[in-house]
Amino acid sequence: MEILMAFVIGILFMSATYLMLSKSLLRIIVGTGLLSHGAHMLILTMGGLKTGAAPLLGEKAPYTDPIPQALILTAIVISFGVTAFFLVLAYRAYQELGTDNMDRMRGTEGND
Amino acid sequence: MSLLHLAIISPFLLAILVPIAYKLFRQIHTGWFVLPLPILLFSYFISYLSITSDQQSVTKSFSWIPALGIDFAAKVDGLGLLFALLISGIGSLVVLYSIYYLDKNKEQLNTFYVYLLLFMGAMLGVVLSDNLIVLYTFWEFTSFSSFLLIGYWYHREKSRYGAQKSMIITVFGGLSMLGGIILLYLMTGTFSISEIIAGSDEIFSHSLFVPALLCFLIGAFTKSAQFPFHIWLPDAMEAPTPVSAYLHSATMVKAGIYLVARMSPVFAEHSLWLWLIAGFGITTLFWGSFSAVKQTDLKAILAFSTVSQLGMIMSLLGIGAAALHFETVDDSYFTVATTAAVFHLINHATFKGSLFMVAGIVDHETGTRDIRKLGGLMNFMPITFTLAVIGTFSMAGLPPFNGFLSKEMFFTGMVRVLEMDIFNLDTWGFLFPVLAWVASVFTFIYSMILVFKTFTGKFQPEQLEKKPHEAPIGMLISPIILASLVIIIGFFPNIIANTLISPAQAAIMPVEGYVYDTHIYFWHGFTPELFMTLGVITLGILLFVTLPKWRRVYDFLPEKLALNRFYDSGLSGIQHVAHKFTKWYMNGSIRNYLVYIFTFFIITLLSVLFLKGAFKFDASNVSAIRFSEIVLALVIAIGAITIMFVKSRLTSIILLGAVGYTVALFFVLFRAPDLALTQLVIETISVALFLLCFYHLPQIKDEERMPFKATNAVISIGVGLVITLIAFSAHSNKLFDSISQYYIDNTYEKAAGKNMVNVILVDFRGFDTMFEITVLAIAALGIFGMIKLRLGGGKKNENK
Repeated sequence: MEILMAFVIGILFMSATYLMLSKSLLRIIVGTGLLSHGAHMLILTMGGLKTGAAPLLGEKAPYTDPIPQALILTAIVISFGVTAFFLVLAYRAYQELGTDNMDRMRGTEGND
Repeated sequence: MSLLHLAIISPFLLAILVPIAYKLFRQIHTGWFVLPLPILLFSYFISYLSITSDQQSVTKSFSWIPALGIDFAAKVDGLGLLFALLISGIGSLVVLYSIYYLDKNKEQLNTFYVYLLLFMGAMLGVVLSDNLIVLYTFWEFTSFSSFLLIGYWYHREKSRYGAQKSMIITVFGGLSMLGGIILLYLMTGTFSISEIIAGSDEIFSHSLFVPALLCFLIGAFTKSAQFPFHIWLPDAMEAPTPVSAYLHSATMVKAGIYLVARMSPVFAEHSLWLWLIAGFGITTLFWGSFSAVKQTDLKAILAFSTVSQLGMIMSLLGIGAAALHFETVDDSYFTVATTAAVFHLINHATFKGSLFMVAGIVDHETGTRDIRKLGGLMNFMPITFTLAVIGTFSMAGLPPFNGFLSKEMFFTGMVRVLEMDIFNLDTWGFLFPVLAWVASVFTFIYSMILVFKTFTGKFQPEQLEKKPHEAPIGMLISPIILASLVIIIGFFPNIIANTLISPAQAAIMPVEGYVYDTHIYFWHGFTPELFMTLGVITLGILLFVTLPKWRRVYDFLPEKLALNRFYDSGLSGIQHVAHKFTKWYMNGSIRNYLVYIFTFFIITLLSVLFLKGAFKFDASNVSAIRFSEIVLALVIAIGAITIMFVKSRLTSIILLGAVGYTVALFFVLFRAPDLALTQLVIETISVALFLLCFYHLPQIKDEERMPFKATNAVISIGVGLVITLIAFSAHSNKLFDSISQYYIDNTYEKAAGKNMVNVILVDFRGFDTMFEITVLAIAALGIFGMIKLRLGGGKKNENK
């Protein structure tokens, strides 16, 4: 199963990279979304995918590893905060600059 | 802290008081407040003469950074004292001269004297330090204060150019010297010069010896304006004349000479030392005297003449190093070169200082320094003329002035090269006397140009800005003192032979048990050197008279070879290339930077993975695959790949949502209920936010353009591949068991909870959660701020 997951994660990273290299700001943000999914899945996979009970006492042992789950939960919340901020930034940038094309979002020649 | 330390730092202390005196006493020329200090210092250093004459030295140490072995150790020996006397003595004369030279109403005197005092203190520090790091500190202080002094008239472009040029070249050399100091420290483990000299025999065969030697030489050559680093000195002539007289003839340019002399006991064993110093010195001597002849500006002639004379001293120090290799022959036979170097060092300081002052007087009283406009000043300025004759004749090496004696000794030193049979000197060594003789002819010619083109010939009043007249007596005192020294040393050279020269020589070549007893004879008898001098005079007069005929040699010869052109185009070339390069790779496109980052990521990780043999694939530890998992994996893979190719933004957002929900389903399958809940909720909010963004984005306009780029595809496949490979390797290389058994065991016993994930989040690892809350709070505040706050009164961008 871990081998299959490694391929899935690789595909997520590939897709994310491809999107981040594009011109449209929205596609870049979609790319970061895919990247965080890939990262979360990677943490889970590296923790081991041995099937066991959910990490709740009272279920029958053995349990799955609770630490990666806690780490992912933290990561999900942080990436959500950053994504939300980033999206609003993109929205504001569009409002002010009138474009979401990264090639057009540059300083003028005199500013560099 | 001893009196000696106080003497070294006293100029710095006075420099603090100068601006106060300047503000308080506007009616009195600030120079009068400065003048007593160098005189006091001079008399203080005179008191050391009795000690150093017996070839003893005084060392006073003052702890500075003891943990790093850096102490402010001040050592007075023959060499240091000679320089200290030059610095304080000529310093006094220059301050006196500047009082009459600089107008107290027109010039910013406070800055001038602050810079000059900084320089004086720094120079004293250089020559009296026994610790290399302290020496380096003062060394850079001289570069720095010289920079300030050259750029004293900062509103002139040429001053700024000259200051920048000297700064770049001397700081380059200074840093190289620092490298040499560090190499020496690595070899010997000490920064103390005395200790390094004491242990110099052991480092001779060390592999860092030659690099250290070269680093020191670059430092010395840049500071002392040796070929090809001499180009800064002529441009430094934009400084006020007292500065040129002090820094660029008598003191700072001799710091490199001092360094070579000081480090001779360490490095002179090696043949490179002899060849490089003597070779570069003689080249500088020739090139400087050759270039001086074509100059038309008085100070430019003097600058090239300084370059050439410094080359002469340098070459003598180089040849003098050979004396270390002859123990059987009578030493004094070979040490004559070192004696000549020290002697000429003193002589040069006297006559060159006075000549600069003369040039300053001519400039001051006529308004120009161009020899094409000058002429026939003899009748107007008889005293200045006399001083100029004494200075130039001494510089040309004519009797009865002191330059004659040192030039004779110089020839002796160079001729003796022919008798040396070490380091291949018997093959190419003949070039030394030949070049020395030719350079002396040129020296004679420019000396004559200097005095006769200025003071004799046709008087051209229409060319001059002012009506020429004799300078005020105050301005003449300093050059008169220096010129009298030229004559006194010329007639009675032995008054300084055993007080100044022998002790300095003892410091340059410390030989156990050798008695340094110098005698300088005015009359040698009919020696080869005398005939060489006669030849110089004869050919020199001949060439000087026929100067207009052959002067055109200069028109087509050196312009193409000019080192200044090389420097200027090199400097602008470096700037141009750096600018182009930065423009090329920093082109402002975020895609480009991401390409760099990802490419670096791929190359580094792949090479580490395979070169270090970290890649491993081990399928023994994997868990079983279930059908439902394959389906979900396919959904994610297809979703992720499709996002890459869809045109519409709406579709890509929906696909991202689909991937997110599938991830949530994976969390369900892998027994992570909390994760699944959070993921579902957050994915929903994110998609909603995406849609909000989407709604406000420009319609269709850009939507069609999604060109496929091969580089993007290659890079993204590379990133995916690297992640997959690392995931395999990491999984196959599991070294330790998880620590989670502790959490499983203690969740209820110690933390009173049954949900292990939640207990970890709020109990075992609660700190993470606290700051994750902080992150959310900051994000929320940031979003609020972005939406609410409008700088510039909410004015819309004009692009819209």
